Amino acid sequence: MSDAANPRPEGPADLIETDYEIGQDNIQTKLGPFGIDIHNPVFMVSGLTIVAFVVFTLALQQEAEAIFGWLRPAITSTFDWFFLAAANVFVLLCLALIVTPLGKVRLGGRDATPDYSYSGWFAMLFAAGMGIGLMFFGVSEPISHFSSSVAEGAGSPDSWAPLAGAAGDPAEARRLGMAATIFHWGLHPWAIYAVVALALGLFSYNKGLPLSFRSIFYPVFGDRVWGWTGHVIDILAVFATLFGLATSLGFGAEQANAGLNHLFGVPVGNTSKVLLITGITAIALVSVVAGLDAGVKRLSEINMVLAALLLVFVVAVGPSMAIATGFFQNLIAYAEYLPALSNPFGRDDANFSQGWTSFYWAWWISWSPFVGMFIARVSRGRTVREFMICVLLIPSLVSVFWMTAFGGTAIGQIVNDGYQAVNDAALELKLFVMLEALPLAGITSFIGIVLVIVFFVTSSDSGSLVIDTITAGGKVDAPVPQRVFWAIFEGLVAIALLLGGGLAALQAAAVSTGLPFTLVLLLGCWALVKGLRSEPR
Amino acid sequence: MYKSILVPVDLEHADRLEKALETAADLSKHYRIPVCYVGITAATPGRVAHTPQEFAGKLEAFGKDQAARHGIDASTRMVVSHDPAVDLDDSLMQAIADTGADLVVMASHVPGLPEHIFASNAGYLANHASVSVFVIR
Repeated sequence: MSDAANPRPEGPADLIETDYEIGQDNIQTKLGPFGIDIHNPVFMVSGLTIVAFVVFTLALQQEAEAIFGWLRPAITSTFDWFFLAAANVFVLLCLALIVTPLGKVRLGGRDATPDYSYSGWFAMLFAAGMGIGLMFFGVSEPISHFSSSVAEGAGSPDSWAPLAGAAGDPAEARRLGMAATIFHWGLHPWAIYAVVALALGLFSYNKGLPLSFRSIFYPVFGDRVWGWTGHVIDILAVFATLFGLATSLGFGAEQANAGLNHLFGVPVGNTSKVLLITGITAIALVSVVAGLDAGVKRLSEINMVLAALLLVFVVAVGPSMAIATGFFQNLIAYAEYLPALSNPFGRDDANFSQGWTSFYWAWWISWSPFVGMFIARVSRGRTVREFMICVLLIPSLVSVFWMTAFGGTAIGQIVNDGYQAVNDAALELKLFVMLEALPLAGITSFIGIVLVIVFFVTSSDSGSLVIDTITAGGKVDAPVPQRVFWAIFEGLVAIALLLGGGLAALQAAAVSTGLPFTLVLLLGCWALVKGLRSEPR
Repeated sequence: MYKSILVPVDLEHADRLEKALETAADLSKHYRIPVCYVGITAATPGRVAHTPQEFAGKLEAFGKDQAARHGIDASTRMVVSHDPAVDLDDSLMQAIADTGADLVVMASHVPGLPEHIFASNAGYLANHASVSVFVIR
């Protein structure tokens, strides 16, 4: 492959010369009627483990529930400092890349041109990166932090309030609640995605290595990344992606079910959720079979339009002025509380920093292979600086605005209008109860449910594309039945986890795959900087 | 009778194309018309090339080799696709429109069960293209 006549990427770039041929370990054969093209150990090990996992969890639901119930708190309370510290490293690295000369490096070589317009690019990365979470937590998280902060006893060891809380002071509790929410949805998650995406893009587009996780570690392990070291990294990435996705799918099913119950009286229960996951996975299948441009991109754009409509509606008919000023107040509150919230050591708010923050960080990290790979696949032609500003800063600002519009409005309903219903509603219902206090509640709640479902589909279809690429040794043109396999198994894992322990099981799965992957990512940061330094600028 | 021939080529499996290539060359000589070899790639590194530019280079070399071997007038055309596993048919239809070719000579495997669900690429072209399609088995 590395013959002397290799034209370089467009313009100067630092191509890595290696004897590894993309797809050399792949098995190309026929399985029954279908042609397959899979990476040998990676597909087998991850595929068989996932199948075994689904069977085990479904067969032994009681035992599984006990294990998962213990696992999540065990990991988040033991390793909270590690998750918090690692996330800080990612943010600092991203900010450094914006201001240092390394920001001039262009993905795909110095003369490469971008594949997608800003709007298509932005819609895809945002829909993949946050999706269902914004719907689920947009109202419920600010309210949770607000009410735990304002409550009597905030700041005591039993309290779930962030930092010391603000007992009896609604104004300060509101600032703290919004700051804590934005902290979980702002710079830190996007920094995690940005690091992964940039590393994947750099080693694939500029260095000419396969679009797979192992390629990032070439500067660390050399040609050993093509052996078992690399297999383990890729398999970890597959697990993290599947379980991170399944967690979100679980949240989505929970909320869609609650919303449908609220609007149409559809019964809440496992049967409804399983049917929802099945139906939505079927739509995702259509989307992956239609491909990246005809399926995934189009759905992401529809989603962005719907989400923007809902946002504009809430801003227009809700407390518009309060949202506009709240946006800046919340940004200031975020900046003010950021150092204390991101401090990994000596925290007195164990419930918050372990139960919320380190769970979030683990969840974002377990999502990062998927979102990162997806962002990488659509980001060729951008410079590092442009990439970091667009992937880190703009989505963070959009998240702040979203949280202000939805969470801020809901807190306002409690504080100013004495609307307690939104405080008392279950987590997955808070969005709908908040919308109920605004005009046209029937229509907006329905749009809310549609959004949850479409976000669900866009996560599931892009996730299957990513897992398919990893398990095909970095090939993006593997036969279509392979993506169908992964899309189906994403749905099955979500169902298995929901039945074997519900949301606790989903969260435990995300957290336990997030932990080893955090170590992998820290090593990846070093490889990324090393790779960038050798690029011509 | 015809103006030009379009031959889709999969550089990864060029060895399996021999019969289609021979047929295209014979037709080219018979009607004294040029052949355009079309290759489809993703922007990401693949088995054939690390970058689209490298792919274009290899495709051009392939075209020159065919021209020299058969004594025909040959050109090449690369199509970059975001999702080649799915977009192949559309990319080929686009290439037919862009090149103005009025005869496609294309290798295809023997149809099996999946062809009842998904058409093969050659089958798709034969069904949907407005030009003549010669499927070689």
